[in-house]
Parts: sequence; structure tokens; C-alpha cells
Amino acid sequence: MNLLNMAYEYRGFFLTGLQYTLLLAVIGVICGFVLGIVVALLRMSSFRVLRWIAAAWVEFLRGTPMLVQLFIIHYGLPSIGLEFTAIQSGAITLTINSSAYLAEIFRAGIQGVDRGQTEASRSLGMTQAMTMRYIVLPQALKNVLPAIGNEFITIIKESSIVGMIGAMDLLFQARTITTITYDGLTPLLVIALMYFILTFTLSKVLGRLERRWSASDYR
Amino acid sequence: MITVKNLQKAFGKLEILKGIDLTIQKGEVIVVIGPSGSGKSTFLRCLNLPEQPTGGEITFEGQSITDRKHDINATREKMGMVFQQFNLFPHKTVLQNITLAPVKVKKQSPAEADKIAMDLLRTVGLEDKKDAYPSQLSGGQKQRTAIARALAMQPHVMLFDEPTSALDPEMVGEVLEVMKKLAEQGMTMVIVTHEMGFAREVGDRILFMDGGFIVEQGTPSEVFGSPKHARTKDFLSKVL
Repeated sequence: MNLLNMAYEYRGFFLTGLQYTLLLAVIGVICGFVLGIVVALLRMSSFRVLRWIAAAWVEFLRGTPMLVQLFIIHYGLPSIGLEFTAIQSGAITLTINSSAYLAEIFRAGIQGVDRGQTEASRSLGMTQAMTMRYIVLPQALKNVLPAIGNEFITIIKESSIVGMIGAMDLLFQARTITTITYDGLTPLLVIALMYFILTFTLSKVLGRLERRWSASDYR
Repeated sequence: MITVKNLQKAFGKLEILKGIDLTIQKGEVIVVIGPSGSGKSTFLRCLNLPEQPTGGEITFEGQSITDRKHDINATREKMGMVFQQFNLFPHKTVLQNITLAPVKVKKQSPAEADKIAMDLLRTVGLEDKKDAYPSQLSGGQKQRTAIARALAMQPHVMLFDEPTSALDPEMVGEVLEVMKKLAEQGMTMVIVTHEMGFAREVGDRILFMDGGFIVEQGTPSEVFGSPKHARTKDFLSKVL
């Protein structure tokens, strides 16, 4: 079947899938971003226990397959009384997984800000928290924006694993359409195109943001 | 105003300061000179504690600031610091660089902070650069902005860590001019510098440091005119 005909005829399926994929990606990006900053700060905390916990968090989540993490949360946790819907499990997995990668990106960014910036800020009487918030983090985020963009794109793509536990994202919809039409290729091509449009748009948007943020670098 | 007693600082096994004693009076301009590695910058940096001293005591306006219980942020508000590398905030404009701390720390209203900042920018001759970013400024302009930023907190003492060492020669003058003006207004200042002419002209007291000690101190005419110590003579003969 023709790609466009397919996309049009089964638009209901594709749009539902797009909704879930977008929902998961947005939750994963936003919550992962916030949690990532927290983990990065804990990793640089002056308390050894906090540093250790944050390091373990990062190493565990980077060192195990996301699919395994998803299965632990969705199929494993119910045995200790924690049950989630497929979407909830997907959102949690994407959040914690991206928080680990983003934490490492943030840490590199924060450590890349010149020490003199902190010294100048502290010499003006600003507290450590103020210094982090107004001086170090803005510069760190700007420096690692390209890496953050990569991670966002990864989250969108990796969200496709939630189909494995029955969440009705794009990949799940494509397979449903295949069982209806016996067409194994076209539905997948349609969603591949949809994923590409999502990630390509995002990378363009981030590229613009990057240029705007670098306005202060103009010489 | 500031009393320093037996101040020591070591980085691991490397001893930088081996016992500094000094009393700084209000309104005094102290210039610290000496060869590289003599501990001058470390000494200055111990005064408002980006470096933690490993021994000794510093008292500022009657309070021990080396005491662990002391709120160092409150003291830093009253001590302005100017760095060799300027350390302006690159993501903020000149005006924002100056107003950030007064608004966040002193809780000034933005309008009030802007007004004070503009007055200071006029003093350092940069009112037309208020909306520029640091990367658009020359070295001399950056350092003058940094001085204005420190002054905006209305400090009781200003510390200068080799403020002209990173500048092109033709920009040294404009920065020294601003510092001279400050000294004439009665600001208490501690200046680490290699500008001997400036030290002689502006300093009330010259400290010569070498090997982690204050080797010799006195008025400019005493230290530059008739140095007593062999190491002072040796150093001065190389730089003058």
C-alpha cells in the first residue's frame, strides 16, 4: 500500500501512537532533566554518602539495558506491591534512565565552568546556592546544550521500547496495523518518518536556541 | 581594621605562607610586592577565604573570620575582590554583572541597584558600555567593570590580586587611574602588583614578601629608597 494512503487511512492509529510517544518523551525529557540536575549536584556534594548514592545511581542505570529496567519496573515491582500502568512504567523508566545520562552531562558542564567564576561570585557575598543558580548552572547548561540535545533525541527514539509492555505508542500502533493489513513494511515506514520529523524538528529548534544563547560570545 | 596573626597556608606538603603578621588600618593603602611564588597572591586570597588558611587567625572589624562558626558570606560582602583574570560573568551584561549581587545579597530593589551601578560606571568611565557583554570589552574595560562590580557591594576594604597583570600594556594606565581615584577617596586597599611606579605613588605602606614571609615593610620611600634587607635589594634591582 502507498505510504500516504496508509498514513491517511489509519491516521487514528498513528495519531494515538504519536500522542503516547510525545507524552512519554516530554515526561522523560522534563523529569529526566530536573532529576539529572539533582543527581549531578549530589555527585558533587561534600557528603560522601550522597556522592556514593548518586554515583551508584548513574553507574547502575548506564550499565544495565533500558529494556531490563522497564521490565523490572513493570513486571518486577508488582511482586512487592508496586503496580503501574504501562504508560507510568514507561515514563518512570525513561525518566530515571535519562537522568543518569543527563547527570553526567551536567557534571561535565558544571566542572567545565572556570573556578574563577565561583570565586568572583562568592567574593561578592553570594552563597553557594546563589552561585550555582545564577552563575555556574546557566553557563554549564549553555556549554553542554548540544549534548543535552542528543540525549533528548535519544529519549524520543528509545521511548519505542514501551510497546514491549503494551503501551500504545507509535511502534505498538504500527504493529497493530500490520496485523490488520498484513503489510509488514509500510506502517513501519510511516512511523519511521514520524520519528524522524520529531527528532529533526527538535534538533533544529535546539540549534536555534544554541545560537541565541551564544549571543554573549559575540566579539 | 584587619589583623592577621601567624597566618599559615600549605597545599599538601608545600608551605606557601609560613607565618604572616600584619595589621591594616582603616583608609590605609597597602601594596604587596615580591617575586613570583613568594605567596603574595595566596596571602591576599586568604583574606576573604577563597583559600582556607591552614593556621593562624584573621580578624576583620573585631570578628575572627577564620573561626569555623563565622558566617563568611557576611564578611565577603564587606570585602571587595578584584582578580587578575577579571572573572566577569560572561552570560551577563556589564550592568547585570554589577547589579546581581546587590539585588540578591543586599536585597536592593533593581531600580536602586541600577542607579548605583550607573553611578559607578560613570566613575570608571564605562556608562556607554552598560549593555555590552564582557566578551565585547577590552581587557582594561573588563577590569574597570570588575572594580565597579566589587564596589557596588559598598565594601569596607578592596583587595586587588595583580589587577593589571593580564592587561595589554596600553591598558594598564586606565585601570591604575581608577584605583588611584579610589585610594584618594580613602578606601582601604590591599594591592598585590608588579607595577612598582604605582606602588610607590599610591601605597601608604609597602610589604615585600619572599619565601612565605613578609621580609620587609615600610613607607614607599623607605622600601624603595633605602631597602634594608639583601633580598629586597636584590628584587628591586631586578625590577626597577
